[in-house]
Amino acid sequence: MSQQVEAGEQEELHSHPEPKQYINIAIILALVTAGEVAIYYVPALRALLVPILLVLAVVKFVLVASWFMHLRFDSKIFRRFFVMGVLLAMTVFAVVLLYFFTHGGPAPVAT
Amino acid sequence: MSAQEAALAATQEHHTSTGLDNTKMAMWAFLGSECLFFGSLITTYLLYRSKVLPDSGPVPSEIYDIPYTSVSSFVLLMSSLTMVLALSCVQRGDVRGMRIWLLATALLGVTFVGGQIFEFTDFVEEGLTLGSSPAGSAFFVLTGFHGAHVSVGILMLLSLVGMSMSDKLQPGAARKVELIGLYWHFVDIVWVVIFTVVYLIPLE
Repeated sequence: MSQQVEAGEQEELHSHPEPKQYINIAIILALVTAGEVAIYYVPALRALLVPILLVLAVVKFVLVASWFMHLRFDSKIFRRFFVMGVLLAMTVFAVVLLYFFTHGGPAPVAT
Repeated sequence: MSAQEAALAATQEHHTSTGLDNTKMAMWAFLGSECLFFGSLITTYLLYRSKVLPDSGPVPSEIYDIPYTSVSSFVLLMSSLTMVLALSCVQRGDVRGMRIWLLATALLGVTFVGGQIFEFTDFVEEGLTLGSSPAGSAFFVLTGFHGAHVSVGILMLLSLVGMSMSDKLQPGAARKVELIGLYWHFVDIVWVVIFTVVYLIPLE
């Protein structure tokens, strides 16, 4: 059994990226972050700011989760656990948003 | 069971029905639940971010220092790189390299938390406090909980370094580093969302 475990660990080790690949991903993440901040200061992109920022955030989220957290290489069961959490969080957000829209929004500002 | 068999059993991982490590499975289940936790806090912030009482201090978005927070975000992103490099080292049996990268990760984490404390102090001086308005409460609870998570992560990283110094990290050193790494990267991706949703998306 220990041989099986060792073989599994070796297989996992070989399936993980090399340090150079990690550095490349970090460079992409840094560039995307710089892009986010740059776009924030461009008045011409104000109308498209929210969708662009959301797309860039999703790109960074996916890059970290898939490469640094190894979801891309590990068992699908781990991916399901995590994706389920993310989907539940988005569902909570949607339900709360829907509730507040149909019930007049959050607590009113006192005047 | 003889002493030899007991020693052998202690070094072997338990066989699981899924064929996957239970501790790693537990960590992913925990991170899934943490998504829900931070999702709730982010939702609350989005709903209350413009809610301030008259003469009760500024709306958070009026006093954000985007260049400063951008640097903090960059620091936390780079800490994820140092964390995977630590894991890569321990997987190759390079314990010294692992220690260096773990300490670098902890240092970047301390820099981030220090920056957050400075930012909070600045905001309080501007009149935005935990109790000044619903917006202030939502902001400080969300970012404060995130900062607390980073602080816990720093303690875990330093514990790993301490354990490696006293040879308590073996066996299963790579697994321990991987699990704490997963937690650290999770804290990083939560900040990716907070940075965009809380700081960059403007209040209409």
